[in-house]
Amino acid sequence: MKRSTFNLPLTTLTHLSAWLPLAIGLWDLWQGNLGPDPIREATLRTGKSALILLLLSLACTPVNFIFKYRSVLKLRRPLGLYSFMYASIHFAIFIGVDYFFDFGLIQDALLEKRFAIVGLSTGIILLFLAITSTKGWQRRLKKNWKQLHRLVYAAGILAVTHYIWLVKQGVSQPWVFAGILVLLLSMRVKPIKNWAASLFRQLSSQRA
Amino acid sequence: MKKILPSEITPENIYLSRRDFLKSMGIVTASAAVLAACGPSAPLTSSPELTTESAGTTPAAPMANTDELGDPLNSFDDIANYNNYYEFTTDKQRVADLAEGLQTSPWEVQVGGLVNNPKTFSIDDLRKFEVEERIYRMRCVEAWSMVIPWMGFPISKLLAEVEPKAEAKYVRFETLVDTDQMPGIKKNPWYQWPYIEGLRVDEAMHELTLMATGLYGKDLLPQNGAPIRLVVPWKYGFKSIKSIVKIDLVTEIPTSLWMAAAHNEYGFYANVNPEVDHPRWFQGSERRIGELGRRETLVFNGYKKEVAHLYKGMDLAVNF
Repeated sequence: MKRSTFNLPLTTLTHLSAWLPLAIGLWDLWQGNLGPDPIREATLRTGKSALILLLLSLACTPVNFIFKYRSVLKLRRPLGLYSFMYASIHFAIFIGVDYFFDFGLIQDALLEKRFAIVGLSTGIILLFLAITSTKGWQRRLKKNWKQLHRLVYAAGILAVTHYIWLVKQGVSQPWVFAGILVLLLSMRVKPIKNWAASLFRQLSSQRA
Repeated sequence: MKKILPSEITPENIYLSRRDFLKSMGIVTASAAVLAACGPSAPLTSSPELTTESAGTTPAAPMANTDELGDPLNSFDDIANYNNYYEFTTDKQRVADLAEGLQTSPWEVQVGGLVNNPKTFSIDDLRKFEVEERIYRMRCVEAWSMVIPWMGFPISKLLAEVEPKAEAKYVRFETLVDTDQMPGIKKNPWYQWPYIEGLRVDEAMHELTLMATGLYGKDLLPQNGAPIRLVVPWKYGFKSIKSIVKIDLVTEIPTSLWMAAAHNEYGFYANVNPEVDHPRWFQGSERRIGELGRRETLVFNGYKKEVAHLYKGMDLAVNF
C-alpha cells in the first residue's frame, strides 16, 4: 500500500526536480546572476546536472536490490534522458556560445585535450542510449538492448574522468563524484551487493 | 559600483589622438607607458592626480579606456569578483566575500637573500614609490583573460634599493600564510603553502614587470592581492603572485606552488604561448571576460616585441 501511494509523487518529484536546474539557470541568466563569466558558469552547471542525473540513474538498480524498492526502477530511463538533455545543452553552449561556431578552434579544442575527448565520448554514448531508449528499439534489439545499455557504466566512468581531467590538481569535488560512482558500480558486483542487501535486512530486522 | 556609461567612454579616434598629443608633449602615462617600454630607457613619469587617488571610495576613471591594442578595459566589478586566490577558496566568485577584511595594514615585505642591503618595507615605505597606471592584459592559464588598469611601480625600483648581488639569478616571492584569515589554506592542505612564485632576475628587472598596489586608481582590494602584488603581463596569471610578504634573491630556480603541485603542467617560465601545449586546457584561444566567443591567444600575451629577447635561443616548448 505504501508503495502505490508513493509511486506517483516519486515520479512527479523526479520530473520536477530534473527541470529545476534548467529553470534556476535560466532565471539566473535573466537576472544576471551567473557572474563575470556566465558562459563558463552555464557550462559548469549543465555539466554537473548531467553528471548528477546520470549517477542518480545508476543508483536506481542498487536501491531496488538493497532496499527492495521497485518503483525506482522505472526512473532509470527518465533520469538517463534528462542527463542526456543537460549534456546536450552543455555541448551546445560549448559549440555555439563558448566558441561561437568557430569550427577551426573547436576542432583544436575538442580533439587535442584529453578531457574534451572523453567528454565527447560520453556525449556520443548518451546520444546512442537516448535514441534507443524507446520501447520500439527495446523490441527491435531484443537481448542486445540490455547489452547496449550497459554502456551507461562506461558513460558514468567517462563523465567523471572528464570532470577530473578538467580541474586543477587539488580541486576535490570531482573525486566526490568518483567515490559515488565507484560505490554505485561496486553494487553491481554480486558478493558486494548481496552483502549490502543482507546488511540492510539485518539492520531493519533489528529495528523492528 | 559606479558603472561607466557608454556615453562616458571616449571614442577611440579621440583618445588615440589624445594619446598622440600627450606623447608629443613628452608626457608618458597610462597605456602609453607600455608602448614606451619598447624603448631602452623611456622616462616614466606618473601623473600627479593618480598618486593621490587611493583615498577615494569609487574607482577613478583610468587614463584610457582600452589597452594599447584597442581592447576595452574590463569593468571594476568583473575584476573584483572573479579571482583565483586559493588561500581563500577555489571558487572564483566567492573569493571577494571571503577575502573581505583581510588585514593589509600593518604589512611588511621582507626583501633579502643575495642582496647587499636587505630591507623590510613597511606599507608606508612601499607607498613612497611613485605610482603609475599600466593597462595590461591578464591571461589566465584556464584560458580566460581580462584587461586591467593597474596602479603600481616597476619592481626594478624596489630591487635597486636592496642592491642584488651579482650571483643572484632568480627572484623568489612568497604570499602571506595566515590560516585565521585565509580559510582555503586548511581546506586545501594538498598544496604546499605558502604560495611561491619566481622570476629570473632579468625578467624581474624588465620594465613591464610591475609591483601593483592598486587598480582603477584605487588601492587593491584583498581579492586582487592587496596590499601589494606582482604583475607580469606576458606570463600566465598564476605567476603574478598576490599579497607578497617576502622577496628573496637566490641562485637556484625557485619551485613555485604550482610546479610542486604538477610539474608537467606548470613550468617555471609560464610564458603565454598558444603554440606550447598544456595537457589540461587548450591554449590556442581565450575568452575575454565579457565577450561572446573566443579570441586567439597572442604569443607572450601580445608583448612579444617587448619581451621576446629575454628568451632568445631558448626552446620555449621545453622551458614552458
